[in-house]
Amino acid sequence: MVTPATTSMTMPGRQAWTGRAGSFLRYVRRNPLLAVGGIIFLALVLFSTAGSLFVDTVKAPYPLAAPASLAPSWDYPFGTDAQGRDMLAVMIVGTRLSLKIGLLAGSIGLAVGIVLGLISAFYGGWIDSAIRWIVDVMFTIPSFLVMVVIASLLQQYISIENMAFILAAFAWPGPTRGIRAQVLSLRERQFIQMARLSGMRGPEIIIRELLPNLAPFLLAGFVGALIGAVYGALGLELLGLGSQREPTLGMTFFWMQKYSALLRNLWWWWGIPIAIIILLILSLYFISFALDEWANPRSRRSA
Amino acid sequence: MSWRYLVRRILLLLLVMWTAATINFFIPKLSPRDPIKERLQLAATQGGRNQTGLQAMADAYAHQYGLDQPLWKQYLHALLKVVQFDYGYSISQYPRTVNSVIGDALPWTICLGLVSILIAFVVGTVLGALLGWPRSPGWLRALVPVSMLTSAVPAFVLGFLLIYLFAFRLKAFPLAGAYSQTANPGWSLSFAGDVLDHAFLPAMALVLFQMGGQALQMRGLMVMTVGEDYITFADAKGLRPRRVFLRYAVRNALLPQVTGLVMSLGTFIFSTVLVETLFAYPGLGGLINSAIQVLDFNLLYGITMILVFAVCIATLAVDLIYPLLDPRIRYDRR
Repeated sequence: MVTPATTSMTMPGRQAWTGRAGSFLRYVRRNPLLAVGGIIFLALVLFSTAGSLFVDTVKAPYPLAAPASLAPSWDYPFGTDAQGRDMLAVMIVGTRLSLKIGLLAGSIGLAVGIVLGLISAFYGGWIDSAIRWIVDVMFTIPSFLVMVVIASLLQQYISIENMAFILAAFAWPGPTRGIRAQVLSLRERQFIQMARLSGMRGPEIIIRELLPNLAPFLLAGFVGALIGAVYGALGLELLGLGSQREPTLGMTFFWMQKYSALLRNLWWWWGIPIAIIILLILSLYFISFALDEWANPRSRRSA
Repeated sequence: MSWRYLVRRILLLLLVMWTAATINFFIPKLSPRDPIKERLQLAATQGGRNQTGLQAMADAYAHQYGLDQPLWKQYLHALLKVVQFDYGYSISQYPRTVNSVIGDALPWTICLGLVSILIAFVVGTVLGALLGWPRSPGWLRALVPVSMLTSAVPAFVLGFLLIYLFAFRLKAFPLAGAYSQTANPGWSLSFAGDVLDHAFLPAMALVLFQMGGQALQMRGLMVMTVGEDYITFADAKGLRPRRVFLRYAVRNALLPQVTGLVMSLGTFIFSTVLVETLFAYPGLGGLINSAIQVLDFNLLYGITMILVFAVCIATLAVDLIYPLLDPRIRYDRR
């Protein structure tokens, strides 16, 4: 079988993008994991976006919106928590906020990674060494602890955006390292040499030749950064370091822990957020697993 | 191994420590919160005293913590403290030093964390090796989705589900803590049993989470190794399958697995902290949690630096031992 990497290698310019998309679709069809992960993820996105049409997002996900500690019923399909939040609204808004934090932090991390990775690979020399050293340093620091220090000092001032920025500050070393390695190997391939000989300029080569071929890595890197950010946000919020007002998934977990939902036997209060957290992380994990194989044909033998 | 490489690695370690110390030093300066004032105000409102002496008290504390010095002097002082492994006094448990507070919590975390990471590594690696071996029985393959599941579900969620099932429903294990409140801490068999009883569920959560990832990674490495020519050759020579499996396949696949273990130390610390919080375990996780509640940033700072240092040393040690295990790896050409 011809791998996508070799077919698109000879395709110049715009065709490379469509070739990529085609190979991707073919890959989805052969890979059930990606399809399952994608469907769960899209269902969650739909739940958190379309769902807000059915609930009052201004009042319902906040305390005193409903009678406290009600089991699921027709009026409150997911029940209510001990502070009188409507759990259905909490989950709709919370999933959206947690996704927003992840997407924001993941995109910033990936964007910084692309820029630093490209600079590092193209210019080489002392710039490359400096970037590599910084990335190595960032890799060795257990970033979670530093984030705990930052978040605890900002506590009352943390908003959804601040949370995303704190996570983004530690989300770029992975993409930087990955993209640098990829660009270094792509740079020496023949189609790039051809492009250079045919008189294309640096930026043109990057946009028309390099980025289409990097697409699988960028996508895989993005999902990786997204998982890292969602996971990091959950962890910080679990320690009570999220926005105290906003009903994100992690904060819901924190409140139900703090008010011992387990011992009071309010199963819907902890069961539903945990189910959604598991679905979210599992779907992202499946997608990233499949994307890694797509981006890295060598590991496909294990599929 | 070349001296150049060793020097480079030690320089990197120093740079990591310096970066972490610098971030830790400047972040509190940028924060709008003042932990000492917050604590004094809390004490004043709880005690109901009048607040006239507050500023003087805050000044006295600031003087004691060296906060009235110019910034560059404070910074140099902070770096010196890091080199001396001295993180000063805890703000929340005042007369005690950060080192003694951490010293009480560290053994719990080390036991819980190290034991779980070792169990997860051994079991996960064996499982992964069997999963990646073409001749292992078919029913084993059913474990691939299972390990994907447990490695994807966060350790704190696993921990919570374990608490629900085994502590709350079945009442087979205690809900929280490291030992019973009625227990008599000491070197006795009954106390040890009590401690094990309490450690079982948190350790289980960490092992399940870590093990799945280890198994999947080892399986990938095995699949790569099994495809190599020397395995085919060993088979063709008529060596016994057990020997080919252990000596030729597992031994070679094991090496990257060790690096993977060290790379995962950061996430492991993260999981341990959260699981300890969930189980109200008296280790570093519980300590971080209580330090956050009262904004004891001296304590947070000390914990961060000690864990950063531990991860650095572990990484360095594995990188130095690696070429001894694997002669293919040489650090000379760089």
